[in-house]
Amino acid sequence: MFNRRSMLMCAAVSALLVAAPALAQDLSKLARVKVDLVAPPFIHPHEQATKAAPRIVEFKMNIEEKEITIDGDGTKIHAMTFNGSVPGPMMVVHENDYVELTLVNPDTNSMAHNIDFHAATGALGGGELTLINPGEQVVLRFKATRPGVFVYHCAPGGPMIPWHVVSGMSGAIMVLPRDGLKDETGKPLHYDKAYYVGENDFYVPKDENGKFKHYDSGGESYPETVEVMRKLIPTHVVFNGAVGALTGKNALQASVGERVLVVHSQANRDSRPHLIGGHGDYVWETGKFANPPQKDLETWFIRGGSAGAALYTFREPGIYAYVTHNLIEAVELGGTAHFKVDGKWNDDLMKQIRPPEPIGAGDKLGSIAPHTGHAR
Amino acid sequence: MIAALLHSKTAFLKIGFAFAVPLAVAGTPLPSQRASEVREIANETVRVPPTVFSYRAAGEFNRERVAVSAPLLQLRRDAPVVIMKSQVTEAAFEECVRDGACRALARPSLGRPDVPVSGVSWEDATAYARWLSSRTGEIWRLPTDEEWVFAAGSRVKDEAVETDSDDFSQRWLAKYDRESARDRTADRRTRRIGSFGANEHGLLDIAGNVWEWTDSCFVRQSLDAADRAVGEPTTNCGVRVVEGAHRTYATSFLRDARAGGCSVGAPPDNLGFRLVRDEGSWLGRFIVSLKRLKPIG
Ligand SMILES: [Cu+2]
Repeated sequence: MFNRRSMLMCAAVSALLVAAPALAQDLSKLARVKVDLVAPPFIHPHEQATKAAPRIVEFKMNIEEKEITIDGDGTKIHAMTFNGSVPGPMMVVHENDYVELTLVNPDTNSMAHNIDFHAATGALGGGELTLINPGEQVVLRFKATRPGVFVYHCAPGGPMIPWHVVSGMSGAIMVLPRDGLKDETGKPLHYDKAYYVGENDFYVPKDENGKFKHYDSGGESYPETVEVMRKLIPTHVVFNGAVGALTGKNALQASVGERVLVVHSQANRDSRPHLIGGHGDYVWETGKFANPPQKDLETWFIRGGSAGAALYTFREPGIYAYVTHNLIEAVELGGTAHFKVDGKWNDDLMKQIRPPEPIGAGDKLGSIAPHTGHAR
Repeated sequence: MIAALLHSKTAFLKIGFAFAVPLAVAGTPLPSQRASEVREIANETVRVPPTVFSYRAAGEFNRERVAVSAPLLQLRRDAPVVIMKSQVTEAAFEECVRDGACRALARPSLGRPDVPVSGVSWEDATAYARWLSSRTGEIWRLPTDEEWVFAAGSRVKDEAVETDSDDFSQRWLAKYDRESARDRTADRRTRRIGSFGANEHGLLDIAGNVWEWTDSCFVRQSLDAADRAVGEPTTNCGVRVVEGAHRTYATSFLRDARAGGCSVGAPPDNLGFRLVRDEGSWLGRFIVSLKRLKPIG
């Protein structure tokens, strides 16, 4: 049977690889900066373009296994998290910076974990060098050679890989060009605000009455969870870890005229972000900044296992729904965030000329008659 | 008689606030009950005596083409409302299902006699009312929205949004903020009858986590500058007024209105119902009712 012990068996002995020879140049002269990560949807303070020479950027993440509530029904899962949040925090560096991550697996956890950076080169994205048991920590350095937004996720081997990922263990890193973002002609692009929307798909087993099941531990949930996972139909598709995590009091804020960058990641499954009532002015659909952004998109496609970025200037106040435009997933499974945008309404872009009223009511008042025929 | 149906809103607002009693004061939690007692409660009715009450009209209103808050009316009943003390229970509804008069729930309930049924549509609720009527020889039906508000008494929260701005987006945002500000419990599972206490009339669990279908249809009405109805309202009976911790409107065949959509702030946790017993003579005895809303000279 599945128990804590057999899960720990997945912990590979990675000491050999750590001792491998390194060809790295002397990095001791490089400047070091330390970054304090913040929980999504927010992103730690950073420069959009930098004059500084490439440097070593230090991050620290604690892996936290904990129960989280993923919907308004109080459905709980035993989540696995980078730094306590689902998704994990957004990291930002510049091209050719060195990312130096201290990954900590406290002994209060029960499983081995690691981290695979899609932005990194070699050793399974760092996964091969970072597998740590409860009570261990590891320090990984990699050079961020490719500008773009990239997924990172846990990949502790075999069947543990998809399970850890759909238990919440993914996040994103943004590697900005040193001179910042550019449009298709090479002109600089700036943002006033940036949000990170990490999307997760969850697979929660149901009991015979159709109610979501609760388990005493992650290990106990595993066998039945895998059964649901293998059918490939998620029970929840959520932004920022839970249904409604980015709506209501937690809606994303912006103002008319503000340029907002939204980074969207999905470590496991395809998604199609769409801003209802708005657009993507500039979209790096595949998330890689060496490619020119596409313009004026209505919906963009995030391939499972990738991140993308969209830049948009809000032009009207009000509520915008940011959804995955499979509307079944958006409305029934949870894939909806809201932007609350303040500012002054612009009648030129849109105006309700007459409110809803009985058919033909406008005629008397001289407006154009609606099409008759098959009204209602 | 009340001369004008639709006074200036501010005058009515004052009346509205006078009715607002904090929930904690109004609600007295019940001690734990035995199943037999609960079964009795399920069949009990409460007679709410006639009185004057303020009523924020249901539906959507616009004045001179701009969306505005619904008028706050002062209504007077001259007959009591006889209404179920508790919401219809799982056990009672399952009985109707067993009799073949009600459609089975999408998720079978445990058939508990001490838990309100949830996951029912307006159609389900009216089917239950028909079944209960034929079984008892009495006339049972869903309350109108006015009746529900009347019986709910101090548990009714007036949530009208007032903004001075003629920028519609300001009203939209204010409404969103108001909906977002509602206290939400993480646990939406239905609880034992009485868990949310009784109101001043002895009605249990009003404004708890089960919302209640009413018989009232969605109405859209234009008003003139003096807040008087202009023309006939548009009535859509495919959408009914749902009452609870806040008022909402739901498509009548929905059994679960929870799935949040585009700009929905806080949909109802669960859909259930309670019925009123018609004593005949007082039907339609509202001196003022929205259905008779007409221009006044
Ligand atoms: Cu892991």
